[in-house]
Amino acid sequence: MVKWLRSLQALGTDLKKPGDHGHGETPFRYRLLRRNLILIMVLVTIIPLTLMAVVNFLQYRKALTSEIIQPVRGLTNKSRHSFEVFLAERLSTVDFISSAYTYDQLADENALRRLFHAAKQEFRGFVDIGLIDSRGFQVSYVGPYDLKGKQYSEQKWFTEVQIRGSHISDVFLGHREFPHIVLAVQHMTETGQWWVVRATIDTAIFDELIHAMSLGFDSDAFLINRDGILQTDSKFYGRVLEQCQVKVFPDSMESEIAERTGPRGQELVIAHSSFLNSGFILVVVMPRAQVLRAWFTLKSELFYLFIGSVLIIVLVIIRLTGKMVQRIKDADERRQSAFRELEHTHKLSSIGRLAAGVAHEINNPLAIIDQKTGLLKDLIERREEFDLRDKFMSQIESVLKAVDRCRTVTHRLLGFARRMEVDIELLNINELIKEVLGFLEKEFEFRNIAIQLDLLETLPQIDSDRGQLQQVFLNILTNAFAAIEKEGRIIISTANRDAEFIAVAIKDDGCGMTEQTRERIFEPFFTTKKDYGTGLGLSITYGIIKKLGGDVDVESQQNIGTTFIVYLPRKSAMAEP
Amino acid sequence: MEGARILLVDDEVEFISALAERLELRDFVVKTANNGEAAMRMLAEFVPQVVVLDLKMPGLSGIDVLTRIRTLPQRPAVILLTGFGSKNDGLEGMRLGAFDFLMKPIDINALIEKINEAAGTIAAADQVQ
Repeated sequence: MVKWLRSLQALGTDLKKPGDHGHGETPFRYRLLRRNLILIMVLVTIIPLTLMAVVNFLQYRKALTSEIIQPVRGLTNKSRHSFEVFLAERLSTVDFISSAYTYDQLADENALRRLFHAAKQEFRGFVDIGLIDSRGFQVSYVGPYDLKGKQYSEQKWFTEVQIRGSHISDVFLGHREFPHIVLAVQHMTETGQWWVVRATIDTAIFDELIHAMSLGFDSDAFLINRDGILQTDSKFYGRVLEQCQVKVFPDSMESEIAERTGPRGQELVIAHSSFLNSGFILVVVMPRAQVLRAWFTLKSELFYLFIGSVLIIVLVIIRLTGKMVQRIKDADERRQSAFRELEHTHKLSSIGRLAAGVAHEINNPLAIIDQKTGLLKDLIERREEFDLRDKFMSQIESVLKAVDRCRTVTHRLLGFARRMEVDIELLNINELIKEVLGFLEKEFEFRNIAIQLDLLETLPQIDSDRGQLQQVFLNILTNAFAAIEKEGRIIISTANRDAEFIAVAIKDDGCGMTEQTRERIFEPFFTTKKDYGTGLGLSITYGIIKKLGGDVDVESQQNIGTTFIVYLPRKSAMAEP
Repeated sequence: MEGARILLVDDEVEFISALAERLELRDFVVKTANNGEAAMRMLAEFVPQVVVLDLKMPGLSGIDVLTRIRTLPQRPAVILLTGFGSKNDGLEGMRLGAFDFLMKPIDINALIEKINEAAGTIAAADQVQ
């Protein structure tokens, strides 16, 4: 950033370098300036905006995620509760049977069958029921299998039921080859005699409970035990009694929610809740995208908002910077053109001084030649006819003519150098143009040049100098005449350029000029009239127009013609004190 | 008829010698001086009707000579010669009492016309006196 600022500063200095007259101007500078400005402005606006967007994004995500995830947690807890109620009801039924009846009653299979049917009618899911004595023998059994006399003393659950008084097993296939769980309750009489009532519950009912959760098609819920073995079928993560493919870390009894990557790399939200009285854990797995759909929508809206803002900012910066650089460029160009004008004026004034000096120095010997030749002429005129008299006279006339030409040049040089004394009066430019044309009437009639006047009748009068303006228009018209070889047309028009300036256009259909000539016509001593031009006419014209606060434009095309447009201020700045 | 008496003052010797001769050919009585001091000395012995005076001279300038001439009892008419473009100097001279001014290089006929006019006014003034 600092580097950029420095380069910008350096560039600014470069652009302001005095004495730079804009020759061979490099648009590269402006491109560089523009690029740096855009970069700096984009950085100072986009960086804070991006930071703000990121902070907002994170805050929103935090707030929304917890808000969105809460219902998942609720659903998990509620469902776990349904499971627990289901299990508790069955367990208390078994408990009731074990405690409400005597050993003998329970050992009587007919009595047991009646109880079994009553329980089955009351509570769905019972598959069988049996009485096991304290030695682990199945004393009586009611159910679809022949399990009577089976020995359970070595089995883990039997030991556990002795310790805890009740037992809910994990799901297993057992002899029956379908998933079920075993509920066992120990009953001990006052005399210390004890027995165990053991019932089997079909876990198909678990699937119904899971189905009742009304999860989406891409969501899943299942039970696992503490070893991660599936206790119910899972839609996506394995069959019952297989190892569950999703890792769940049951750290506490409280339900927990975690975001994990699934076996196929999918982003998942996993909620799990451990059962209080059994080793089951209810697991709800949802695709993260589904859970956070609201957040994703909001996120993309935020993203589009951000991108939109950035785009608008960048566009505005580009437009603004473009305009700003254009203004700087325009200002530079104006300054450069002012420099050029100043340079031109300096050139004019120093050339003027030089010219005045030269003219003065030449004038004196010129005066001597003039007088000496005049004397010769006088003397010869006063003599009688003699040989070669006419020859002498014609030579003298030639010398006098040459002197006259020199005189014209020195007068012009002095006129050029002379400090212009401006005499401001209210002028009607249309009339002034007609006056000037009056001076030239003979010449354009003789040369067969048609003059077309296209003067604005409502042209306002302006404050200016009559004599100087006459010279201006004379000079331009003289040039136009010179440009027209034989016949031709000159169109003079006047108009209002704006509230402050009037414009006079003098258009000829003469030979026109090249671009190089056009660029140099206002330079002193620049002339295309090799034999008789002093190269001062248009330079003087330019000086006068500038002096009067005006300006002049030249448009020219070779073989088509030239147009001089003179702009003159309505109110002379010079007239003001 | 004899022409007017004229004193030509200019530091360009060649210029005034030729001019003097031309004027003499036209029957004027002409004396010349090459600088202001010489002109003032000349005026002590020669009383011209018209002094043709160059403004720009080393030593006493044309304006200095003009100022002194205005103090002389005879007070000849003064025609100033100025460089082209020094119109203001000429006008300044007229303000100081010069009869008129001509811009160099001069046309002999214009000069003679001015001389005759100036001599005429001097003659008229003499008659009044």
